[in-house]
Amino acid sequence: MSTKDGPDTPALPVIAEFQIRRRGYLSANGEVSGRLPPFAADLKAMIPLYSGMVLLRSVDAKAVALQRTGRLGTYGVALGQEAVAVGMASAMRRDDVLFPTYRDTGALLWRGVTIEEILTYWSGDERGSDFAVPRQDFPICITIGSQAPQAAGAAYAFKLRRQDRVAVCSFGDGGTSKGDIYEAMNFAGLYKLPVVFVINNNQWAISVPLKLQTGAATLAQKAIAAGIPGEQVDGNDVIAVRAGVEEALARARAGEGPTLIEAVTYRLGDHTTADDARRYRSDEEVKTHWQQEPIARLKKYLVARGIWSKADEEGLIVDCQRQVEEGAQRYLAIPPQPATSMFDHLYQELPAALERQRDELAGASDA
Amino acid sequence: MLELTLVEAVALALARAMADDENVVVLGEDVGANGGVFRATVGLQERFGAQRVLDTPLAEALIGGLCVGMAAQGLKPVAEIQFMGFMYPCIDQLVNHASRLRNRTRGRLSCPMVLRMPMGAGIRAPEHHSESTEAMLAHIPGLRVVIPSSPARAYGLLLAAIRDPDPVVFLEPTRLYRSIKEQVIDDGEALPLDTAFRLRDGRDVTIVTWGAAVRETLSAADTLVESGIGADVIDLGTLKPYDETLVLASVKKTGRCVIVHEAARTGGFGAEIAACIAERGLMSLLAPIERVTGYDTVVPLPKLEQHYMPSTERIVAAVRRVCAFA
Repeated sequence: MSTKDGPDTPALPVIAEFQIRRRGYLSANGEVSGRLPPFAADLKAMIPLYSGMVLLRSVDAKAVALQRTGRLGTYGVALGQEAVAVGMASAMRRDDVLFPTYRDTGALLWRGVTIEEILTYWSGDERGSDFAVPRQDFPICITIGSQAPQAAGAAYAFKLRRQDRVAVCSFGDGGTSKGDIYEAMNFAGLYKLPVVFVINNNQWAISVPLKLQTGAATLAQKAIAAGIPGEQVDGNDVIAVRAGVEEALARARAGEGPTLIEAVTYRLGDHTTADDARRYRSDEEVKTHWQQEPIARLKKYLVARGIWSKADEEGLIVDCQRQVEEGAQRYLAIPPQPATSMFDHLYQELPAALERQRDELAGASDA
Repeated sequence: MLELTLVEAVALALARAMADDENVVVLGEDVGANGGVFRATVGLQERFGAQRVLDTPLAEALIGGLCVGMAAQGLKPVAEIQFMGFMYPCIDQLVNHASRLRNRTRGRLSCPMVLRMPMGAGIRAPEHHSESTEAMLAHIPGLRVVIPSSPARAYGLLLAAIRDPDPVVFLEPTRLYRSIKEQVIDDGEALPLDTAFRLRDGRDVTIVTWGAAVRETLSAADTLVESGIGADVIDLGTLKPYDETLVLASVKKTGRCVIVHEAARTGGFGAEIAACIAERGLMSLLAPIERVTGYDTVVPLPKLEQHYMPSTERIVAAVRRVCAFA
């Protein structure tokens, strides 16, 4: 497309220019660069973020152990991406609404979904999505990108009713290739809706690396065509994720519309327990990215500031393991659903035409 | 008393629903200032404002997804897809989300939305504007599929669809939009969903139909009466879930059944009805069931579409064959 400007071809005027900024505070060594956002001034406020990430990693480890021993279905760990889910969720208010994907276990935990609910869902039991808290968050979206227009719809409802609430929608780098994402951002930009879109760019969509997903230099720039701000944040820096999402939420609440946040991280684990990433990527690559992972870097920062000790660390590990074990025990103790429960919530009231089928199942299953 | 066309009855029901319930929101392509390409939303934006009657960008997946998000928040979105042939991008939202949100959250969230769209051939429309793929939709668990066949039923069924706590696809036969007028009383009274309508009472043959084909079926029934054949004409009204009780009772009475629909035959919803009668009404049958349907071809462009849609003559001929079977 490059053309040389000759004497007869004057340069066309530039009518619009765009920039994408990147936000990051904590280096891989836990050193701070730039000025930290206000919430990070209180070092104690960093501890829940750290704990949330450690808990997520413990839950993931337990889930895999349960899956490997036949007590859980397919499960997707968020290994290496803990800062994305926790940073995002920690910026939200309780009555905001999350439209999560399957990599958001950490966000669900932060928002009050219990370990047993999460395990129940992944065991193949719908009751796991009947969160006791938060009641209005969506269940995780398995189909890619479909939750983005839904988040825009919820945000439209908030705006119509003048509610001070924001919809937060997350998806992966692969999801940004879906038209749904663009359609949602475009609509949300048009109506200046209170919604924040967060990309967990872990650089792998199952076996497809980011470089085969798009020719775009960043994913954040996909906001530009939709007419909304886009920003890249260091997705391994929980302070950066939280700060980016927090600013986006503030803009949304102020009526300034949606934002796209691209959190750049790395999927250290397999896509799910049904995947073997060694088939398509090298151990060396993964090893390199272990140097960047989010938990170690925040720990280094907290230790260097003298607010986190070895005893604190040991205490946290014990506490997380206790929570996970208790959650797993509660999960394992949940009695099975009757087979006929598949009819119970199909419609608000079961249509007469379906009663025969339910009775047929009841007869066949003694349920 | 109001004599209205079907499309006017749709607009009237929408206005009534919006006036009755501030949670009702109308959205879609060209539904605002333009009042919809068929004028089904005419006057709504003027009366209820652009926040409750909004033009969406040209993106059907978006429209479906917006409805899911709005409905889960307690709004009652009534979205228009401009033509049935344009609905496919939002099938993901219908199949994977709207129809299962209640079930997958065990009742925590639900999706009271209505997706309206014109269906069917017969108005000399361009390509992709004439399909009848209701059977695809009727295959989706958790959804309701409703097809009115007269202005009064359009009014009453649309009100019922909007008040229903679960997602409803509301299919409006374009061929009937302006071809018939009927008295419609704007009393806010809904008609029952999941309930078929007996349009003619007869003892000799059951004709099950829906949508635009109801018109040709009634005309066939009138012709048949002249030669002494009384047809029990059943308009399903709701396809999913459909009123099998009335269909089976009618077949029990008549012993003969013809099913008429405009959609292609194979896998059409008529096959479901025939299978149900075979399973549960076989002993009532005095003759094989016949189907009068569109062919298993691509719906022709306007120059051939008259040959595709079930005609009165084809229905009369099928009924005569079924009634002559001894």
